[in-house]
Amino acid sequence: MKPSTLKYGSVALMFVALFFVPELIRQFTDQTDRAQASAEESLERYGFFMEEVSQELGVTFVHQRCDVDDPLKHIQPQIAAMGASVSVADVNNDGYQDFYVTNSAFGEPNHLYIQQSDGTFEEQASIYGVADLNQYPKGSSMGSIWADVNNDGWEDLFVYRYGKPVLFVNQKGQKFEPFEGATQFPDWVNSNSAVWLDYNADGYVDLFLTGYFKEDVDIWDLDDTRMMPDSYEFATNGGKNYLFRNDGGRGFTDVTQEMGLDNRKWTLAVTSVDINGSGFPDLILANDYGVDELFLNEKGKRFVDMGPASSMGDIPKSGMSITAADFYNQGDFALYVTNISEAGVLMQGNNLWVPTGSTTIDGIEVPTYANTATSAGVEQGEWAYSGAVTDLNNNGTLDLYIANGFYSATPNTDYWYDYTKVVGANSQVIINASNWPAMKERTFSGYQQNRLMLNDGSGRFREVSSAVGAALDKDSRAVAFLDIRNDGTMDMVVANQHAPVSVFKNQVNQDHAWIQISLEGTQANRSAIGASVTVEWTDAQGQAQRQKQSVSGGEAFSSQSSRVLHFGLGVMDSDTVENVTIHWPGGKRDIYEAVPHNQKHTLQESTSARFDN
Amino acid sequence: MLPAGLALPKSLIGPVLITTLLIGAHLSFGILDGYQKLLLAVITSIVMENLLHKYTKGSFKGISSAYVSGISAGILIRSAYFWPFALTAMISIASKYVLRYKGRHLWNPTNFGVAMMLLIAADSTAVLSIQWGNHMWAMVIIWLVGIFTLMKVGRFNITGTYLAAFVFFAWIRTYFTGDTFLTEVAPLTGPMYQLFALFMMTDPKTTVKNPWAQSAVVVVIAFVEMLLRLGEVVYAPFYALFIVGPIALVIEDWWQSRSQPVSGAEAVPHT
Repeated sequence: MKPSTLKYGSVALMFVALFFVPELIRQFTDQTDRAQASAEESLERYGFFMEEVSQELGVTFVHQRCDVDDPLKHIQPQIAAMGASVSVADVNNDGYQDFYVTNSAFGEPNHLYIQQSDGTFEEQASIYGVADLNQYPKGSSMGSIWADVNNDGWEDLFVYRYGKPVLFVNQKGQKFEPFEGATQFPDWVNSNSAVWLDYNADGYVDLFLTGYFKEDVDIWDLDDTRMMPDSYEFATNGGKNYLFRNDGGRGFTDVTQEMGLDNRKWTLAVTSVDINGSGFPDLILANDYGVDELFLNEKGKRFVDMGPASSMGDIPKSGMSITAADFYNQGDFALYVTNISEAGVLMQGNNLWVPTGSTTIDGIEVPTYANTATSAGVEQGEWAYSGAVTDLNNNGTLDLYIANGFYSATPNTDYWYDYTKVVGANSQVIINASNWPAMKERTFSGYQQNRLMLNDGSGRFREVSSAVGAALDKDSRAVAFLDIRNDGTMDMVVANQHAPVSVFKNQVNQDHAWIQISLEGTQANRSAIGASVTVEWTDAQGQAQRQKQSVSGGEAFSSQSSRVLHFGLGVMDSDTVENVTIHWPGGKRDIYEAVPHNQKHTLQESTSARFDN
Repeated sequence: MLPAGLALPKSLIGPVLITTLLIGAHLSFGILDGYQKLLLAVITSIVMENLLHKYTKGSFKGISSAYVSGISAGILIRSAYFWPFALTAMISIASKYVLRYKGRHLWNPTNFGVAMMLLIAADSTAVLSIQWGNHMWAMVIIWLVGIFTLMKVGRFNITGTYLAAFVFFAWIRTYFTGDTFLTEVAPLTGPMYQLFALFMMTDPKTTVKNPWAQSAVVVVIAFVEMLLRLGEVVYAPFYALFIVGPIALVIEDWWQSRSQPVSGAEAVPHT
């Protein structure tokens, strides 16, 4: 054989081998457990097992998407893509968590499920006066959040809509009445998320409300079809965001401009935590058609956009959900943002922003982040909405549940080709809904399975949804966790677009300990929203552990989980955790030592709470 | 017009143009996920090129061609992972040394690499499909600079004919899809098409020689692309070039060998 032939043959062989590299990588890096396990196997292998029990628990809600005006009919599933939401609260202070789900079609009621002592639910939205909220021209519900706005000890309900937002005041657990104080809520806002936060630490929760479509867009009576984003990645024509100051429970004043939060990005999700330990809650926004944003709170005086300085605000994607969580038990919050990925078409990947340190900009200490989603195994999503966090197997590390799926229509059809025709085009094309190709009942990233990413404690996550009984392939939007029956396990409610809600009951390995902390502010807002709790314990291997969680006024996408903080502890030799440290909004601190686990503790802000410095 | 002493050699016009566009686009619109992935593609491409050239021909090769292939892969490929960037560069370069016909390679290397990655690694790879921000000026400037450069090097007929053919076939497609003409022609306003039409289609090594034949070939490419688009193939232009380009080269070779008997020296294939 000639040397040249030999050389050509060897190069050709190497060339062919290159085509097998992706398959080899798949084999070595696959972090998915696909085989469905029995409850016993799942408990043994993963420490928990989930079961869909909606019907058994009396939850029958089915979300109906809203209709749209004629000029938008050809892309209705995109315009009316959201509205299935879930939020959790103890409405009647009976010690059992209840939940509220929103509907979107006009004439279709929202449901309020009141938990009974046996763990079943009764639908009582009409009794409480919060059912019939979907009527034109008042609007169509998109989501809700709970907080005690007047510090009377009862949880109040805020419902944001494509339309007029509405606040209901809890009448001692018997019913709700519209808030009678003076508000500067807009007459119309197309909102998909909101969050409570006490930005000025005055002891009353304030409200941040986002806008998606611009506020002059009425999708049922459209004036102009030039209402779509003016860019797929740098859109600047979205709805206005609002910050409303709670004036002592008597009214809400629009302070958006003076607080530096004027923004016209297409915000889809928002959450608030004290990201830098300043004692004042910060705001983190996930923007569709844009970059993630971090607004640091300057002691309640103003917010400063530090997204680019923190490294979060560089790469534009389609931000759908934002959640803060201490995934690595380091006492710091990482930020998980979901985006859109479709195999072979669009590879945005989800973001896991992990703190790397800090830098000083104009005298402000700014936390910095690196996106470690790929190495953690939580980068590959699909068309994702909520990325919600809790410890599902009580092993002491926080797990992640990702809602996937945009529009499931005719099977084996696909709208992606038509979508790519316009979204990569110039603003003059993309901005006009008339240019968007008709969907014609084609599936658009539909029939996608939600993912349950189990944290192995070493920084890696494994997808186990099928293996633990949590598989779900509806077009899921919102995810909230609550402890049904108060048995020390976190159960899950998934709100699905144009589909029944799914309730999952969780069975957890009883060897795993847990502790729950319910907070009540006295000087801080009574719901304790914005307070953070750090639990420190020693595990069975003698390793010191600590985990930080924050009481959330809204998180993920159109979701709010139970505000009773739940900490899994794994196998414990001791009957107590070493410390429970509470940082209250405003900066004061309470510390409790040797706190017994496997029970819920209700802790009130003490009069002796001290500032750190 | 640049003074003669400052004029760029033709071989450097491509690398300089694509680098300028890349830097401008990234600083303005952040089109890259990060510099690391781009660098990986460029370095892999250059290393691969020189290793294979040294192994098969006994000498190292200049970096200009490999640089353009690498930077094109770095811009066009979208993935959360690093390995698709390196693999695209490796497949692209290796294709030049393996898929040869009568002494020349048949596929534009990046076109081949990207098309193959979409087939074998679609679960972790996509192709650039974003905008140059939301301003018309960026798109117009890039087209003007690109077209001016192509005119300088005498290859504008390829891109110009393709643009005309694309617009014509876009109009034809409206009768099948029911979408507006603006919708069908919209992809031309995106950066993926600019890279495709300005760089990939005009690659001197993988286009036919005769200017009229060049124009005819790109009309066929646009026609095949139309058929693929009617079949809702997202990356129709890459596949159209992938299919038509090599066939055109083989036909050209056959046509030349039929009309001009080759001498003994010319018949020896390059190795």
